[in-house]
Amino acid sequence: MSHSSITSQQIEHLAKLSRLELSEQDLEQYKEDLGRILEHVSAIQSLDLAGVEGMARPHQATNQLDPDEPTPPLEQACLLGLAPVVEGPFIAVPKVLDEGSA
Amino acid sequence: MNSEQAQDLTSRVEAIRTGEITAEASLDATLERIDARNGELNAFHETLAPRARTRAALIDEKIKNGSDPGPLAGATIALKDNICTRDGRTTCSSRMLEEYVSPFDATVVERIEAAGGIAIGKTNLDEFAMGSSSEHCAWGVVRNPADPTRVPGGSSGGSAVAVAANLADAALGSDTGGSIRQPAALCGVVGFKPTYGRISRWGLVAFGSSLDQIGPLTQSVRDAALLYRVLAGADPRDSTTSQREVDEVPIASNAETKGLRVGVQRIHNHADNAEAVNTALSHAIDAFREAGAEIVDIALPNAEHGISTYYVIAPAEASSNLARYDGIRYGYRSASVPGDSLDSLYARTRGEGFGPEVRRRIMLGTFLLSSGYHDAYYLQALKVRRLIKNAYDDAFKKCDVLLGPTTPAPAFEIGATNDPLSMYLNDIYTVNANITGNCAMSVPVGHTKVNGALLPIGLQLQAQAFNETTLFRAGVALESMGDLL
Repeated sequence: MSHSSITSQQIEHLAKLSRLELSEQDLEQYKEDLGRILEHVSAIQSLDLAGVEGMARPHQATNQLDPDEPTPPLEQACLLGLAPVVEGPFIAVPKVLDEGSA
Repeated sequence: MNSEQAQDLTSRVEAIRTGEITAEASLDATLERIDARNGELNAFHETLAPRARTRAALIDEKIKNGSDPGPLAGATIALKDNICTRDGRTTCSSRMLEEYVSPFDATVVERIEAAGGIAIGKTNLDEFAMGSSSEHCAWGVVRNPADPTRVPGGSSGGSAVAVAANLADAALGSDTGGSIRQPAALCGVVGFKPTYGRISRWGLVAFGSSLDQIGPLTQSVRDAALLYRVLAGADPRDSTTSQREVDEVPIASNAETKGLRVGVQRIHNHADNAEAVNTALSHAIDAFREAGAEIVDIALPNAEHGISTYYVIAPAEASSNLARYDGIRYGYRSASVPGDSLDSLYARTRGEGFGPEVRRRIMLGTFLLSSGYHDAYYLQALKVRRLIKNAYDDAFKKCDVLLGPTTPAPAFEIGATNDPLSMYLNDIYTVNANITGNCAMSVPVGHTKVNGALLPIGLQLQAQAFNETTLFRAGVALESMGDLL
């Protein structure tokens, strides 16, 4: 399955998935760029990989767990100081819930 | 060694420890040089002068009292601006983090200071470490001191320039597909990427979590070895760090080259390389042979799929890692508009906060992980990753180190590479060390004259994961051969 060209519909869908607002010009440019990049990386699709186990990270290791001891957290004032819009001890965001829905 | 450097970090620390110069005087001189040259080169986004002065005073106090100031006593270290510091900002050269002040220091910063080193400033990079030229920097392009019309390489361009122009005794960068080694080669300094898991990523802003490593850029191989010993070792805050004992990498000036098996890959796309790169490699092979090394012909099946594999895995991981930049809890938030929903706030914030290359890679990564393509691309790439790892493991049964080019060519002109795919091909020799998790180093080997400027050339050594001892042994040997062009 080779995908060396991307449709405008696909690009718009990707922008939505990526939560990126892009101009018409950007959408056109990325359509072209992604098409060319995918054409190049599609080389790996023709390889015989039967029986090969995928490698997500180098030197598979078992998970390291910390001892179950509480440690001091970062200070609330410090973290609130990083937030763009603050109201009292809260971070302000646009309305999340529609009227009448859960 | 390049023409601008005075003494290397090891000599500088020696001078400070013996009282030849105070840490404060050394720091002041460095800050003056930054003042003089940073306007032109744009290596630093900001300096950390107050913090640095406090540390310098502490070091001088310790020396006066006769207590041990540490192995990095008074050495100035520049930090790539994707490494978190509680002072100054950590911007990743992105509008998304323009005002971000980290609530904590990265582990590597803590270890540098515990060893007596002085964090002197934050250096510019390609935004979020995505790039090979340091042109994708929200605070302006970084310029190569060898020829300011040319790129220093990337993404750790600012760090490479800081060392090359003697604006710091050493620098830290990060390497995901070559981002330490490639700028090191283009600027004429040493650049070292440790084995994956050797140096803690706690406090390194994540790009590709299975690929990223922090490493030093230095004037000499012995400096890189010193920094490796200071920084390496398990960190409970980064569960991908290895529990294995850190080796005592020897930094003998007369490296034992007799009997070292130096592997050279048979096919290197020689025709596509700049002539100077091929000449340097050929001379290095001769020099190793003369010094008593055994040159071994190595085939690396599937290694040629490194770029394709990398440009599937890295953008995929990046799209996931950069999902956190949503304008809510920290960083840039787009000005609200009437009728804003969370989704529209996210989309505008990310569209405005991220630069074009970052947006491109997020889109690419999202595609590669999306339903219908995830198996064909991402899972497929993980299998090719396994094949590449196997190929290098086999190679390292036949040789101790691999020797080859770091980059296909010396530094290119700013603005010359507009096509993303062409830019990605700059990483052709470096990506496999990240894909496999092996350790690798670029060592400067001379210069080539291009349009009246002397452009640095570097060669790359690679060794099996956790075999830093052999890598540094070969690195010292290569460095001792001097100018190979």
